[in-house]
Amino acid sequence: MTEPDFDVAVVGAGPAGALTAYLLARDGHSVVLIDRGAAPGAKNLSGGVLYSRVLGQVFPDYLTQAPVERRITRNVVQFCTPDSAVGLDAWTGRLADPVNAVTVLRAKLDAWLAEQCEEVGAFAMSGVRVDELLTEPAPGTALGRRVIGVRAGDDELRAHVVVAADGVNSFLARSIGLRQAPATHQLAVGVKAVVELGAERIEDRFGVGADEGAAHAFVGDCTQGVAGGGFCYTNRESVSLGVVLRLDDLVASGRAASDVFEHYLAHPAVQRLVRGGTMVEYGSHLVAEGGLAMLGEIACDGMVVVGDAAGLTINSGLTVRGMDLAIGSGIAAAGAIHDALTSTDTSKAGLEGYRRRLFDGFVGQDLTTYAKAPAFLERPRTYVDYGPLLEEIMLAVFGLDTTPRRPMARVVRDALRASPVRTRDLVADAWAGVRAL
Amino acid sequence: MAERLALNHFETDEEHSHIEVDQERVRATGCGPTIVACCPARVYTAEPDGSLSVEYAACLECGTCLAVAAPGALRWHYPRGGFGVAFREG
Ligand SMILES: Cc1cc2nc3c(=O)[nH]c(=O)nc-3n(C[C@H](O)[C@H](O)[C@H](O)COP(=O)(O)OP(=O)(O)OC[C@H]3O[C@@H](n4cnc5c(N)ncnc54)[C@H](O)[C@@H]3O)c2cc1C
Ligand code: SF4
Repeated sequence: MTEPDFDVAVVGAGPAGALTAYLLARDGHSVVLIDRGAAPGAKNLSGGVLYSRVLGQVFPDYLTQAPVERRITRNVVQFCTPDSAVGLDAWTGRLADPVNAVTVLRAKLDAWLAEQCEEVGAFAMSGVRVDELLTEPAPGTALGRRVIGVRAGDDELRAHVVVAADGVNSFLARSIGLRQAPATHQLAVGVKAVVELGAERIEDRFGVGADEGAAHAFVGDCTQGVAGGGFCYTNRESVSLGVVLRLDDLVASGRAASDVFEHYLAHPAVQRLVRGGTMVEYGSHLVAEGGLAMLGEIACDGMVVVGDAAGLTINSGLTVRGMDLAIGSGIAAAGAIHDALTSTDTSKAGLEGYRRRLFDGFVGQDLTTYAKAPAFLERPRTYVDYGPLLEEIMLAVFGLDTTPRRPMARVVRDALRASPVRTRDLVADAWAGVRAL
Repeated sequence: MAERLALNHFETDEEHSHIEVDQERVRATGCGPTIVACCPARVYTAEPDGSLSVEYAACLECGTCLAVAAPGALRWHYPRGGFGVAFREG
């Protein structure tokens, strides 16, 4: 066998790949970090709220060193009808100290992460698309093949371990039959824009201080009833806003993804936040939504799969979490790969520590906790019926038009009677929600 | 849509399209309208003869079309390294 060029070849410089590469290079292993973007981050977008404690475990000074936009101190959730929004607004200083979540823009964050990798000796190759895995026969193993490197164009790079950190479409893990293409109910398409508003307008409109930010989530008419939701997160000078639409439901609705996005952007609840701003970018990206059920196989002989490529995203309905899980899986994978390289056993069995570390840490535990969330979110009422129901109730409370008031219990009962939501649906949804989330 | 996409930076690969349509499969399976609707960049247009035309240079590389297409209807892979959309914000 030819001597490998690197101990580890990481494909994909998103947070999952970058953290894996960083930790292994810091431990003295030779690491190449390959990304198809002209610069790391050029192909990536997210909503942008990074639950950042896990990043702080690796980069204690990230708040001052990394390109973070604002610290999230305010979370708002709104149920919408075409011309109303009823919501919950949670502001607490306890989210600011210690910092729990920050907004990020991926073109900047991923570039910074790749720089950190280079500083500890990893070799970063950008603008290089990996075309396929190099494998050799491995009789008696589940896949019958062992991964020994990657091919990009005419170049072949051999490594003891390949890390598939290539994101939600993960062609690498699919190519050797380790993972299947996800079903459409396990995927959502995110359509996102960045709108420049200026710091002063952001702070005034969102009611936040100079360094603070707000995360708004929208459910209901803002997605024209398609399962999913809208988001609007504050960056320093701009806001990130968009919709996340579950693919099976988008297909069933017959609606165009771009029309749903435009409808969302025009919604009065959204316009209140962004009017007068200038759109500077428009993008789209898939979100893995399957949760624990989507995890499946994440290691084989000579390769591990991390981050979105392993389906590691949790959508609780109110938050999309992927970047923190990507980072967590990178940490777990780096630890396991280090052990495997040290014991010179990089077979599937030698890399088993990855799954164990993943489930010992917050990633596996949270995936297990939220295992029922995807099924809960497939209950259709959230997206269609609750907005109008809540609007009716709030109108009865605040619409003081000199007619005599009805007692609150009657208001709710009458609103429920007029709504397609049945009391038992409400109880069932609430119970399922409590159990799933 | 053109106005939205004009905001982005694209490095178009003039030599290779990263999207190929199997027109026969699209017609046979009827998945054309779904592909057209789901693409956030409106890369696909349904032609009167039931085929799909493709404006690959506008692609945002999300992979949605491949995920909703009937198996075999599209040959879609990422553009060659360094080509395609380059987000400046993300
Ligand atoms: C609209 C939207 C909103 C979201 N909101 C949030 C949020 O608010 N908070 C949150 O935590 N998460 C959010 N997520 C999820 C989050 O973005 C992902 O979970 C996260 O980016 C996963 O990181 P990753 O490193 O696994 O993969 P990615 O960030 O996707 O990185 C994969 C990398 O692999 C590279 N690559 C792929 N194939 C190849 C190849 N063949 N050769 C070379 N390079 C390759 C790509 O260029 C890319 O850089 C959101 C996602 C979307 C789409
Ligand atoms: S990858 Fe996304 S943007 Fe590109 S053609 Fe397919 S659906 Fe459209």
